[in-house]
Amino acid sequence: MADLSCKIAGIDSLNPFWLASAPPTDKKYNVVRAFQAGWGGVVWKTLGIDPPVVNVSSRYGAHHDQNRRLLGINNIELISDRPLSVNLQEIRECRKEYPDHVIIGSMMAPIEERAWKDLAQQIAESGVHGIELNLGCPHGMCERGMGSAIGQVPEMVEQVTRWVKDAVDIPVFTKLTPNITNILWSAEAALKGGADAVSLINTVNSIISVDLDSMVPEPMVDGKGTHGGYCGSAVKPIALNMVAEIARTPETRDLHISGIGGITTWKDAVEFMALGSNAVQVCTAAMIYGFRVVDDLIDGMSQWMDDKGYTSVEQFTRAAVPQVANWNELNMNFDTKAVINPDNCIECGRCHIACEDTSHQAIAMNVKEDGHREFVVIDEECVGCNLCYHICPVPDCITMEPVKTDKPYMTWPEHPLNPMRQAAE
Amino acid sequence: MTILQGKQVSKSGAIQGSGHIGHNDTDDGFSDLHPAYSTLQAMAESNRCLYCYDAPCVTACPTSIDIPGFIRKISTGNPDGAAKTILSANIMGGTCARACPTEVLCEQACVRNVSEDVAVEIGSLQRFAVDHLMARDELPHPFKRAPLTGKQIAVVGAGPAGLSCAHRAAMLGHDVTVFEAKAKPGGLNEYGLAAYKMTNDFAQREVEFLLGIGGIRIEYGKALGRDISLEALRDGYDAVFVGVGLGATNELGLPGEAFDGVDDAIAFIEQLRQTEPKSDMPVGNNVIVIGGGNTAVDAAIQAKRLGADEVTLVYRRGAEHMLATEYEQELAKINGVVVRHWAKPVAIKANGKLIGMEFEKTELRDGKLVGTGEKFEIRADQILKAIGQKIKADDLAGMEIAGGKIVVDENYQTTASGIFAGGDCIKSGEDLTVQSVEDGKQAAIAIDAFLKTA
Ligand SMILES: Cc1cc2nc3c(=O)[nH]c(=O)nc-3n(C[C@H](O)[C@H](O)[C@H](O)COP(=O)(O)OP(=O)(O)OC[C@H]3O[C@@H](n4cnc5c(N)ncnc54)[C@H](O)[C@@H]3O)c2cc1C
Ligand SMILES: Cc1cc2nc3c(=O)[nH]c(=O)nc-3n(C[C@H](O)[C@H](O)[C@H](O)COP(=O)(O)O)c2cc1C
Ligand code: SF4
Ligand code: SF4
Ligand code: SF4
Repeated sequence: MADLSCKIAGIDSLNPFWLASAPPTDKKYNVVRAFQAGWGGVVWKTLGIDPPVVNVSSRYGAHHDQNRRLLGINNIELISDRPLSVNLQEIRECRKEYPDHVIIGSMMAPIEERAWKDLAQQIAESGVHGIELNLGCPHGMCERGMGSAIGQVPEMVEQVTRWVKDAVDIPVFTKLTPNITNILWSAEAALKGGADAVSLINTVNSIISVDLDSMVPEPMVDGKGTHGGYCGSAVKPIALNMVAEIARTPETRDLHISGIGGITTWKDAVEFMALGSNAVQVCTAAMIYGFRVVDDLIDGMSQWMDDKGYTSVEQFTRAAVPQVANWNELNMNFDTKAVINPDNCIECGRCHIACEDTSHQAIAMNVKEDGHREFVVIDEECVGCNLCYHICPVPDCITMEPVKTDKPYMTWPEHPLNPMRQAAE
Repeated sequence: MTILQGKQVSKSGAIQGSGHIGHNDTDDGFSDLHPAYSTLQAMAESNRCLYCYDAPCVTACPTSIDIPGFIRKISTGNPDGAAKTILSANIMGGTCARACPTEVLCEQACVRNVSEDVAVEIGSLQRFAVDHLMARDELPHPFKRAPLTGKQIAVVGAGPAGLSCAHRAAMLGHDVTVFEAKAKPGGLNEYGLAAYKMTNDFAQREVEFLLGIGGIRIEYGKALGRDISLEALRDGYDAVFVGVGLGATNELGLPGEAFDGVDDAIAFIEQLRQTEPKSDMPVGNNVIVIGGGNTAVDAAIQAKRLGADEVTLVYRRGAEHMLATEYEQELAKINGVVVRHWAKPVAIKANGKLIGMEFEKTELRDGKLVGTGEKFEIRADQILKAIGQKIKADDLAGMEIAGGKIVVDENYQTTASGIFAGGDCIKSGEDLTVQSVEDGKQAAIAIDAFLKTA
């Protein structure tokens, strides 16, 4: 079994799998169960200044597929609704009982220097390994000038990061909100403020569904609904892009990244790390399946590492970053075509109708003498869009095969059809 | 758990276990063969459908129901819309969902068979949707009639063919009078389909539902050839549809056939379907069923479920020659029916009362079925004959009959102009409910075209 230990922002962790700041890390009872299940660390549910917040009843909405599998949930919960002293006492106990596991204290406060500094110091004194700044909550807290209300203003991100960095001598993670136009502005601000790492993403602002009987957005609170934070596997692509942007941009690439957003399987985790995360955090997958999902994360990643010959997670961390390019750097002369393996084809006709109606009319449907149907790619018409390859229900039935070509690597800026072409040297 | 062509027989409590159903369990034995899906089952199964394009299952359905279309509606939480999709192609979608041999129709063609060997359970999904809609009494009938044409159509026979024709003709704006010889509508839906397929008076509820379109009147106790004549119908109506099914059955041609205890299987099933509770239905202790079709299998299983000790089904050829599908044959065995192939009845044995039957073993010699001379006896106090139905030609004077079926052209018109026919009494596809519904529907469309040109 491969060694999964990792280091992020100077903190050693048994494995890269932490629970994100959320209900799974709300109190000692959960955290103990999580550590027993195998999670390497937790980011404690966000702490605020007393008196604690009060939550509403009816808190989560759901985005299901037609089989009632959850693709994502959204929530309108606030930060920890328990007194600060109780949380800090429980953190102390967990630190003592589980000295090898990581605990990060998450916090949020109004935009006042004293408030941030006092709270950060109190949390640091409880023995946490680091502090995470919650600048992301897109509901409730932002109406009180906190959460995403801070995270959406780069100057404020820099400011609160600096306040906390000045106040404590443990690593600081600035948690970024995806509800912005350009993640690099937030990341740069965090870096300037002195952050040791950024955590991203927090939840995506959303309305998840409408109850069509009452005409109220869900989750419904006595006849009204509000926008909430969307998370779970549906947000993974959004998060991956933001992680990759930070990891590949020269100005921000030195930041450590705690990757978050929809991580559900070991493959998701490996992808986050390959695109720049030094470790990852998980919330929704644990909320859907329980802490035991960490089994698959640990086992799947180490099995894969063994198969690939990796002996430490650093060896593949950021391995995909160099291959993330701008569109203008892609080779216009690359050509790939769909190939259908008739032995695997079950004749569902899906590839044909998809290409016929919405792509390039490149899959012919021929009825054979015995009544069976045969699906054949018309190479001259196929542009290599991958649609059929993705919708075919049979794995490996349609493959995309690159066409051998003698043509040189040619980008759009160099392309003869580009009216703004830069003359070749 | 026995898997029969993708159907888990254990889904029916009634056929789990040894197959012997004691007398106390008789009424349970006639509960649903394939119980209705729960919403959860419908959700899971509908999601197995791949939403094929130009789907093979649709081609395999005699009524061409848009199967991927209706299954998708189930999966998006629109079961009533799914039901309308079904019923627009097949107004007896409810009966077909229960009685169709899907294992040789739509489900056989399902692409899910190719790699997984387990078809989408189209029949059960169809039933889920149609039942859902039919349970909502508050809803109006789902189809509207076209502007009335003032044309009058006579339909003979209130079976699947006749009622399907009547419904489509009413939809197209014509007024329909149905003449039915019996006291109840439904044809073999009411009198012939196995009791464990058509539970809870479904046949009557379906007819009531179908009549909701309006413009259809049924006259009971009116038989063509006895109470009414073809000429009178032709004079009184703009067009006539004949859907009388197959009213007669074949005889063994053995001495003693009129003996007490030697019964026609269809008459036996008819009596059973009309008996409530089922435990009131008399049955022999040792029952022999002669035949190799679905009627034989249905009769054998129902005799067993009524509490007969021993039921032996005897067929003169091999299993592969039986008209009963593989699934039905398997179902018979699971129900404890003993199936004997390659033997033909040669004598009915009685001494004051029926005591058994003598058989001669058979074999194929140069492609011809011949007796081997070797004989054996099976004791019996009841013999059920299921050796085929035939048309009752006497009632049908005026139309040409060939090969035991009314002759029709590609527009379902008989040799008598303005008189159309469909269902079991013509040669279209197999003699199945679903084919009869298709015949009735297509004939109504043809009649509509005929009336426009006439
Ligand atoms: C025992 C048995 C089991 C079967 N099981 C299945 C099954 O599981 N699945 C399946 O798909 N198919 C099954 N079938 C076949 C199916 O029942 C028939 O194909 C279908 O009912 C034929 O419909 P129809 O309308 O042509 O005739 P019928 O259903 O026979 O209806 C004809 C109607 O016309 C009436 N009629 C007859 N003569 C006259 C007259 N002279 N004047 C007025 N009215 C008249 C009859 O009373 C009847 O109501 C079974 C058949 C039998 C016998
Ligand atoms: C119910 C709920 C409450 C959350 N509360 C917090 C919080 O208090 N502080 C915080 O930083 N993030 C909070 N989050 C965001 C998660 O930590 C995480 O960033 C987000 O859910 C994306 O990860 P996922 O897709 O694995 O769930 C919350 C998420 C959920 C579902
Ligand atoms: S989508 Fe795949 S399985 Fe379906 S017809 Fe096309 S190649 Fe065959
Ligand atoms: S890759 Fe795109 S264009 Fe080519 S056959 Fe498939 S769907 Fe059509
Ligand atoms: S063939 Fe099977 S999978 Fe395809 S549409 Fe029909 S039921 Fe669905």
